[in-house]
Amino acid sequence: MDKPVNQGAWLLVLPVLLIVAFSAILPLMTVVNYSVQDTFGNNQFFWNGIGWYQELLDPSTDLGGRFFDALWRNLLFSLLILLIEVPLGIAVALSMPRHGWRVAATLVVLALPLLIPWNVVGTIWQIFAREDIGLLGWAVNRLGIPYNYTADPLSAWVTIVTMDVWHWTSLVALLCYAGLRSIPDAFYQAARIDGASRWAVFRNIQLPKMHRVLLIAVLLRFMDSFMIYTEPFVVTGGGPGNSTTFVSIDLVKLALGQFDLGKAAALSIVYNLIILAVCWVFYTVMTRMDAQRN
Amino acid sequence: MARIDLQSLGHSYTPNPKSDDDYALKPMTHVWEQGGAYALLGPSGCGKTTLLNIISGLLTPSEGRVLFDGKDVTALPTEARNIAQVFQFPVVYDTMTVYENLAFPLRNRGLRGAPLDARVREIAGLLDLTADLNRRGRNLTADAKQKISLGRGLVRPDVAAILFDEPLTVIDPHLKWELRSKLKALHRALDLTMIYVTHDQTEALTFADKVVVMHDGRVVQVGRPQELFERPAHVFVGHFIGSPGMNVLPAEVSGRAARVGGHVIALRRGFPALNGGAKIEIGVRPEFATLAPAGAGGVPVRVRRLDDLGRTRIARVELSGLPMAATVPEDLTLAGDEASLLLDPAMVHVYADGTLVEGEAA
Amino acid sequence: MGLVLDKVSRHVGGHVHLENVSLSLERGSLNVLLGPTLSGKTSLMRLMAGLDVPSAGRVLVDGVDVTGRHVRERSVAMVYQQFINYPSLTVYENIASPLRVARRPKDEIDRKVREAARLLKLEPYLHRTPQQLSGGQQQRTAIARALVKEAQLVLLDEPLANLDYKLREELREELPKIFAATGAVFVYATTEPAEALLLRGNTATLWEGRLAQFGRTPDVYRRPANLTSARVFSDPPLNTMRVHKRGLQIVLATGEHGPARGVLAELPDDDYTIGFRADHLHLTRPHADALCLSGAVAVSEITGSESFVHIDLPRTDGGTDRWVAVTRGVLEVEPGERIECFIDPRRLFVFGHDGRLAAAPPLVMAA
Repeated sequence: MDKPVNQGAWLLVLPVLLIVAFSAILPLMTVVNYSVQDTFGNNQFFWNGIGWYQELLDPSTDLGGRFFDALWRNLLFSLLILLIEVPLGIAVALSMPRHGWRVAATLVVLALPLLIPWNVVGTIWQIFAREDIGLLGWAVNRLGIPYNYTADPLSAWVTIVTMDVWHWTSLVALLCYAGLRSIPDAFYQAARIDGASRWAVFRNIQLPKMHRVLLIAVLLRFMDSFMIYTEPFVVTGGGPGNSTTFVSIDLVKLALGQFDLGKAAALSIVYNLIILAVCWVFYTVMTRMDAQRN
Repeated sequence: MARIDLQSLGHSYTPNPKSDDDYALKPMTHVWEQGGAYALLGPSGCGKTTLLNIISGLLTPSEGRVLFDGKDVTALPTEARNIAQVFQFPVVYDTMTVYENLAFPLRNRGLRGAPLDARVREIAGLLDLTADLNRRGRNLTADAKQKISLGRGLVRPDVAAILFDEPLTVIDPHLKWELRSKLKALHRALDLTMIYVTHDQTEALTFADKVVVMHDGRVVQVGRPQELFERPAHVFVGHFIGSPGMNVLPAEVSGRAARVGGHVIALRRGFPALNGGAKIEIGVRPEFATLAPAGAGGVPVRVRRLDDLGRTRIARVELSGLPMAATVPEDLTLAGDEASLLLDPAMVHVYADGTLVEGEAA
Repeated sequence: MGLVLDKVSRHVGGHVHLENVSLSLERGSLNVLLGPTLSGKTSLMRLMAGLDVPSAGRVLVDGVDVTGRHVRERSVAMVYQQFINYPSLTVYENIASPLRVARRPKDEIDRKVREAARLLKLEPYLHRTPQQLSGGQQQRTAIARALVKEAQLVLLDEPLANLDYKLREELREELPKIFAATGAVFVYATTEPAEALLLRGNTATLWEGRLAQFGRTPDVYRRPANLTSARVFSDPPLNTMRVHKRGLQIVLATGEHGPARGVLAELPDDDYTIGFRADHLHLTRPHADALCLSGAVAVSEITGSESFVHIDLPRTDGGTDRWVAVTRGVLEVEPGERIECFIDPRRLFVFGHDGRLAAAPPLVMAA
């Protein structure tokens, strides 16, 4: 629906444009500036052209190797949590009550993990999963399963994946629940009369109605998990070894640990571009699918 | 095939109903004969949807029993009863084609292959949906969607009764005619019990052989459309059916005359001594109250307004200050606001506390 | 003076919502937009309100071009099919809300709210919230709010569609009275011909985004300018048939011949479409000149006071025309039964090739 055109509207957008310019565009230009130079401290900079970028995108170099290893870890992590959180979120949404006081109660319980600050979530799990004083770590070990996230890469992965699932499945569930709520009762009644099985109801009524919110949920969870930093930083610090070092963690190590500002700048630019590209792909696919369905 | 028996059936949403007011559906006994076309007519909140949901099994009654062909189904869920239901808003599975929609209830019951295909095509043919079989449900008009909802009920060979819950609400007037005549034709062709819930008198009366009028959780009259029209058993039926509804006027009745504000209105039947403290009224439909030029006999009235309804004209008149509606004959032209009202004595009924009094035959 | 739409069109993404509609609505008039779903009623109202801008054409209020002007700068009130009220406010505050926005003095607000509540019979409910009201009362509240706003243009988009039959009857009777006093331009959209007749005023018949006819409601009903307008303004549907006139004879599409009498007598030889409403298809001979046709009963509907008989008439070209007859009282006929029906040649509308009215009964006759 188009509205009457009013050029005065641009004035209203101006403050936002200014804020974005100062908070995002200027720092971004600074990063671009760093990424084409080298420094050895003392505020002395040397022109390096696209040198950092070449090194970064060549897996045989030290920098490139690190980058690609971290990138694959990121992708694996996103894939894993999507595979768990989406079906689990749907399952939770489906089993939620639809009427009465229990609706409000369930919503509150589900919202709780979403309200906890990310570093607190990390801290909780860091303690919870410790083999000496953490309830989870201690219990698992007592069951005879060797588990130590500070020494064993598999344990570390299990910990951060479980943590992410604990933290974010609620979001998927809440989104799906909103989709389910939009289905009129008549649909369920008609399906009962048609003799539809539970699966047929899910497949033909619930899933089609959740389709849009599910795409949004997948997009949100993918983007968010792809940029994950705080929780693994708090829990594992990227270890043991480099087994949980994601691109964002590596970036911080480069910039603040080694003070390789040029490399870090180039890495963050590339990282940004990848995220933008993935976003664009998602957006196109989503709108295409929507157009096809109508 | 099914005859549906409701035995002392009542429903209350509160656990221990004490007074009549606690019942959404006051205890009732009623039989729906096999193959009948019934309408359940009443204003919103009269309990008609509650009753429909009890028959379909979406709701378990708090008292009484529901029998299908003598078999107690009170506790059986919807899917175990041989009924289909069409809802107010069309229910169509968006992602399926029309064909798949129609095939869905059969597939769910394990039917496959050629018999399924034949049945789907037969029903699609009956509903004029053959050309649309390969289209997706979501792109169809409201009336086509409603036909699909109906088709999913008809397609099941085991279905004994089809329940309609205000099925034409979202359909345009000119298509309502078409769908209604389609329903009538299907009812004749398929020998199914059909129960049609609506608040729209035209839909109820045109669809049904028998209309069940409900008011306040109670059945106030069951009858053929003509009976409801010509002999309303309750002033509510007179008011609710007909547009405008029946004129109801406070009166004094004795013998074969009713006295309204000093004017005498002749009655066909005799009514001895009616005044036992009850509120006595007479009721006459506008269709049986015809306007004539002043001085043409009948009772004198004052004309307040004329409504041209296209095929009829209705006059709003006052009889001794009491508002009434009357029919204006096609050829009558009125001069001034004085006129005379001719009432058909056979169609003037007497009500005591709202309920029809039979009177003594002539 | 009032609201003028000057050749407005609205196209959205290749779809025609409105095409070249011109209307002139007087102050103090009640105007019915009559047409089926998607005929352009709502699109037209949105243009009138300033919620949408026409793709072509102009909107004038009292002679001033307001085409691009925003809805907030116009004096418009709107009532929708859905009952739209502020759920957390009482009925009183709901009705008062447009006056509070306009920062009117307190005593004036109180006076106007009570006046509107009296007109719409809402006085006992002023301190309830909308959820505690019935559908009819909720819609009355929305109408009262539109009324106190004293807008120059009041738009009602199928306001009674979601109400029970009997409630509709009641409100329909009251609305014209309430509107008559205010001097605003009232526009009322409906899909039902009977509603247009009851509301009186003027009627615009719409079909697929085009204006078929605009005029006084009884005139539009009794003198449809074209076949489309007659179809839109008929419920049950208009009965139509192709006829060929040659000299003093006519040949119907069903093959029957007859003398060209009544409205057909004066017409030049040509092909025409005749149209008439269900009450002018008779099942007993009404008149010596009546044409007799024979068909098969498709279905009959009995309301108790009237019977509607749907009749299939086979055409010589192999097709079928479906007609509807309405008669008083109860008429029992079985589907498939042969039935004779009669049309009165003095009561026909005759339409030419272009669909325009070629001949019609004189108005006194029709009344």
